[in-house]
Amino acid sequence: MVPVRIILEVDAMSVFMAIITATVSLAVAIYSLAFMKGETGQSRFYTLFLLLVAGMFGMELTGDLFNLFVFLEIASIAGAALTAFRTKFTDTAEGGLKYIVISTVAALIILFAIGILYAQYNLINIGALANVMQYTMLDKIALALLAIAFAMKLGAIPLHMWVPDTYAVAPAGISAMLVVSSQACMYALYRVCFTLFGITLNMYTVGWLVIILGMLSMFVGVTMAIPQTDIKRLMAYHAISQSGYMLLGVGVGLAVLGNPEALATYGRAAMSGGIFHIINHAMYKGLLFLTAGALFYRVGHRDLNRMGGLGHKMKLTSIFFIIGALSISGIPPFNGFASKFMIYESVYQFNPILSVIAMLVSLITLASFTKAFQSAFTGPQLPEYKDVKEAPRAMLIGMGILAAVIIFFSIFPGLIVHHIVDPATNALVNQAAYVNGIMGVAP
Amino acid sequence: MIESPSGFWGPVAWIIVAVVASLVGYYIWSRGEKAHKKGMQSEEFLMANPRLTEEKVHVRAHNIYWGFFEGLKKYYDPTVRAHTGIINDYIIWFVALTAITAIILLIVGVR
Repeated sequence: MVPVRIILEVDAMSVFMAIITATVSLAVAIYSLAFMKGETGQSRFYTLFLLLVAGMFGMELTGDLFNLFVFLEIASIAGAALTAFRTKFTDTAEGGLKYIVISTVAALIILFAIGILYAQYNLINIGALANVMQYTMLDKIALALLAIAFAMKLGAIPLHMWVPDTYAVAPAGISAMLVVSSQACMYALYRVCFTLFGITLNMYTVGWLVIILGMLSMFVGVTMAIPQTDIKRLMAYHAISQSGYMLLGVGVGLAVLGNPEALATYGRAAMSGGIFHIINHAMYKGLLFLTAGALFYRVGHRDLNRMGGLGHKMKLTSIFFIIGALSISGIPPFNGFASKFMIYESVYQFNPILSVIAMLVSLITLASFTKAFQSAFTGPQLPEYKDVKEAPRAMLIGMGILAAVIIFFSIFPGLIVHHIVDPATNALVNQAAYVNGIMGVAP
Repeated sequence: MIESPSGFWGPVAWIIVAVVASLVGYYIWSRGEKAHKKGMQSEEFLMANPRLTEEKVHVRAHNIYWGFFEGLKKYYDPTVRAHTGIINDYIIWFVALTAITAIILLIVGVR
């Protein structure tokens, strides 16, 4: 018997995700005041923006599977509309269409999986379902459907191909929001694996599935990023690659969940590294997309081949780009290094080869962002950009918020790990506390 | 400071070391030849070819790492070809991966 059927269930993991959504949304809202200034239909833009934010918060805070589907749909529809919002550009409609098609297919499959579970247990409450889960053949099919549908929504390889098509053409702020939206889907995947199926599941197989998806995402993402000459497509491929780190860290934790000794030795640290990387990635990838938007705002295109010398006129944007680029490349002392360090060291104890590949990917990431920086910001001032000015103040404030968060996280990683990352890891691992929170038993 | 299973990371200590190293570097640099002034050396000599204008000197994005792509041609050709941009293909990948995952979970992933 479920005490309340449709509920919001807030634990440390969902709060962790909500912090990410709130921070990036604030920065993007301020940034968009300038970026979208010349566009028509601004009231519709901000309405859709708030719908997207509401959808993401709903996904992160709901304790009900059907509501997870509903909020996913809200976020997807708003995200697609925002991607295609600037109809004056020819490629935005295509990006929006691709996003809505893959979102709809994923959502339908998720609904089908929820239907399978509801038909068996007459329940859609996550905690209540976890409490009675039998791990029947139908449950396994439901798990496969849920896992792969969320994997497509988060852009894991080989289901990633919509990501560059969509992120590249969306308004810069919306690209940053879509990164967070994808992370909300990653959260849903973790919630399904750890909380919904946790105790009853053969974690080793599912953990390795997540690890393989992570490794593929890391490697193919970064190797596809480096040849790109569209700055936002380059960043979109890096978003895929960075998702791989999160999947790798949490996948290792998932694989050793049934082994208390390995979990204590390195499993929790790997999970904390993966979860810390989620918030770091949201901040630096958000910042990088905003800097790409600032370049687009001033030069009118995203083609790195045609850019050059912009650092002469856009000094603050250059600094923000450097902060984001060094962070995503895992260069000390930036926050990207802190989370990658946790992943490398703990994953090494699980399987050294995985750790070595992760380090190689970081190296290629640095090479890729060196190329982007060299192409856009360095070199002589080009005649066609002689009149270019620094980005407007609102855009600088939006970028500044994310840069400040990155610097704070870089200097005080221990504070973040101890106060918000470790509790989130514990909330994911401790399925009983989540279930008891709903079923009315003290954890 | 954060701890991992086999070490720790303290960014404040790292920053202090970096600042000290920078100060040492600056000290060594400041001991250099003081008589040297900017523009003292002659212009670069490029095999008697006319000097390129500044904008032509800038290396464009598509020229960077060309050797890397050439060396990994066997990897890049099929990988780039798989990115068709056609949404039907995206869904085929999705269906295929879902089927493979379901089969793995049904056959291997038993308790």
